[in-house]
Amino acid sequence: MVEQRPSERVRLSGRGQPQKLLKKPGVLFVGGGLLFFALVQALLQFDVLNNFWRGIIFWGAAITMVALGLNLIYGFCGQFSLGQYGFYAIGSYTAADVTWRWTHSDPSGIVVVLFGSLLVLLFYIGVSRLLGAFFRVNVMTRFTFFVIATIVALAITVRFLVPSLGPVVTGVLEGLPSDVSDRIVFFLALLGGAAFAGIASFLFGIPVLELGSDYFGIATLGFTVIIKVLLDNTDTILPFPEMKGARGMIGIPMWTTWPWVFASLVLVVVVMRNLLHSSTGRAIVSVREDERAAQLVGIDVATSKVLAFVIGSVFAGLAGGIRAHDLAFLHPQNFNFIQSFNPLIIVVFGGLGSMTGTILAGFVWIFLLEGVLRLYLPAGFETWRFVVYPLVLLLMMLLRPEGLMGRYEMPFLRKKLPQLRPGVATVGDTGDTESSSGDVGANGEVVA
Amino acid sequence: MAALLEVRDLHVSYGAIRALHGVTFHVDEGEVVTLIGANGAGKSTTLRTISALLPVDRGEILYAGEDITGVEASNIVRKRLIHVPEGRRIFSPLTVRENLEMGAFTRSDKDEIEASMENVFRLFPRLRERIAQTGGTLSGGEQQMLAVGRALMAKPRLLLMDEPSMGLAPILVEEIFDIIKEISREGVTILLVEQNAQMALSVADRGYVLETGAIQLEGSAQELGANPQVRAAYLGG
Repeated sequence: MVEQRPSERVRLSGRGQPQKLLKKPGVLFVGGGLLFFALVQALLQFDVLNNFWRGIIFWGAAITMVALGLNLIYGFCGQFSLGQYGFYAIGSYTAADVTWRWTHSDPSGIVVVLFGSLLVLLFYIGVSRLLGAFFRVNVMTRFTFFVIATIVALAITVRFLVPSLGPVVTGVLEGLPSDVSDRIVFFLALLGGAAFAGIASFLFGIPVLELGSDYFGIATLGFTVIIKVLLDNTDTILPFPEMKGARGMIGIPMWTTWPWVFASLVLVVVVMRNLLHSSTGRAIVSVREDERAAQLVGIDVATSKVLAFVIGSVFAGLAGGIRAHDLAFLHPQNFNFIQSFNPLIIVVFGGLGSMTGTILAGFVWIFLLEGVLRLYLPAGFETWRFVVYPLVLLLMMLLRPEGLMGRYEMPFLRKKLPQLRPGVATVGDTGDTESSSGDVGANGEVVA
Repeated sequence: MAALLEVRDLHVSYGAIRALHGVTFHVDEGEVVTLIGANGAGKSTTLRTISALLPVDRGEILYAGEDITGVEASNIVRKRLIHVPEGRRIFSPLTVRENLEMGAFTRSDKDEIEASMENVFRLFPRLRERIAQTGGTLSGGEQQMLAVGRALMAKPRLLLMDEPSMGLAPILVEEIFDIIKEISREGVTILLVEQNAQMALSVADRGYVLETGAIQLEGSAQELGANPQVRAAYLGG
C-alpha cells in the first residue's frame, strides 16, 4: 500500500543536482554506512583497534541484530517475548556445528541445513495447502501437522540425503580453493543457523502466539529455559557429542570478519525497513495497535503475528552464527534466561518501535557495559556494572518511558507516505478549519 | 428478491454462557434492517458472529447465496461484508488518512481507492480537514465518522453497524443517521444494531426485536414503530 517508488523517482531525476542528492536519506544512509564500514575496516587493518575492541564491535552488531528482531516482535507487532535468546542460541549452535563438522571433514551439517531446510520448506507448503482445504483447522492440529512434517523432512535428510549428497558436496567444495570453500561453508552455516531459528520459531509460534501478549511472554520464557537445558545436554540427550553439553563447545573456526558482520547487519536493517514499509508491515503494526480492528479491516492477525515472530527469530539466528564464529566458544550459560533480558532491555532503552533507537542502544549497551565499564572500573568492581545499568534503566523509565528515541526514525528508515493527489487532500480547507476546531472542543466534552 | 444475508437458527455462546439461541433473520439487497433490543439481548453478538469474530455453535450464515459459517474474518472482509465495530476501534496513533488507507487493506485497485477516499471526504468533510491528524486526537463524533469512513474504504456490499450513535451528542446522532441514509442510497445494504430504537426505526425499512438471544418480533419499520409492546419497551411509551 505504501509505495517507495515516488521517492526513488525523485532521486533518479535529481541526479544532476549534487546538493539535492546529498539530502536524500538513501544516499546519506548508504554513504554513511560505507564510511562507517571503511573506518572500522581501516582501524582493524592498521591495528588501531585491538582484538578486545574488535570483539566489542562484533558483539555490538550481533546483539543489535538480536534486538532488532525482538523490536519487530515486541515493538512493532506488540508480542512481548523473552524467547529471543533461545533463537539466538539455536542459530549459534547450528552454525557452529556446520562449520565444526566441515573442519573435521564431515559435510553432513551443510547437507542438513541446505537441503534439510529446503525440504522442510517444501513440506510446509504442502501441509498448508492440505490444511487450507479445510475450514478453520484447530491450532493444535495445525501444530501437530507441521511438527510431523518437520520431523519427517529432517529424518529423510539425515537418513537419505546426507549419505547420497554428502560426498557430492565434499567433492564440489574441495575442488575450490580452500579460502573460497571456507567462505561458502560459512555462508551456508549462517544461513542454516537463521533457517533453523526460523523453523523453531514457526513451530513454537503456531500454538503460542494464540495466547495473549503476557501469556505469550511467559511461554517464551519457558522456551528459553528449555533451550538452555537442551544445550546443557547436547552430548547426553541430544546426539551432538561435538557440542559437549555443559562443558561448552570448542573448536569453532574464527571466520567472522568485519565484512561479514557489516553485511549481516545491513541485511537485517534493510529487510526490516522494507518489511515495515510494505503493506505486510502495516498489518503487523496494526495488530499491535488493535487486534480486533485489524481483523475488521481484513488483516489475517494470526499470520501477521507468526510472520513477525519468524522473521524476528531469523535475525537472532543469523546474529548467533556471526557471534559463534567470533567467540569460537559456545557455552549454554551464555544463553540462560537472565541473558534473554538483554535484548529486551536494549529494545526498551532505545524505544519500542524505533529501529534507530535499537541500533543505537545495541551498540552503546555493549560498548559501555562490556567495553568501557569493564576496562575502567577499578579492579574488583566489574560486577558493579550490573548495579549501574538497572539504575539507569529505572531513571529512564521515570524520565523518558518511551525510550531514548521514542518512535523516532532516521530519515532512511522513516516511512514516507506517497504524495497526496491535489484533489484528495487539502489540509486546512481555509477558514473552515478554525470554526470546526471550535466545534471539536464542544463535541469532545459532550462526547467524552 | 434473494436475500443478501440469511442467518438461520444461529446459536452462539461465550464459554458456558449461551448468548444466542436460534436467531433467524434475513437482509435483502439494498435494504436497511435494524436489530433492536435491550442491553445483553445479543445484538452485538449477532454482528460479531456474522463477521466471524466469534465462532458459531450451531446454525448457518449465508451471504450472497454462499455459506460463510466458519470462514476466516479476513476473508469475510474480502467478500465486502464490512463490520463497523462498537466503540469505533480506530487506529489511534495513525492519521486519519492512514486509518482510511487501512480500511482499503484488502483492495489493490489503487485509483479506485483514491476515488473511495474522495467519496468518504464528500460524506464527511470534517475528516478532510483532519486528514493529517492522528485518530486519537479526534473528538468522539469524528472518530465515529472515521470508523464509518474506514469501513466504506473497503467498498462494502453489506455494512454491519454496531451502535453508531453510542455516546454521541443528539446533534451528531442525527448527522450520523443522515449519513447512514446517504450510504444506503448509494446502494449499500445495511444491518444496523441500535439501542436508540427511535432513530434506528426512522432510517430502517424493516426491523427485528431481539430479546435474550432470540428474535421476538419482526416487521416493517412502521409496524414496529406502531407496535404497543415495542413502544412500551423501547420507545418510551
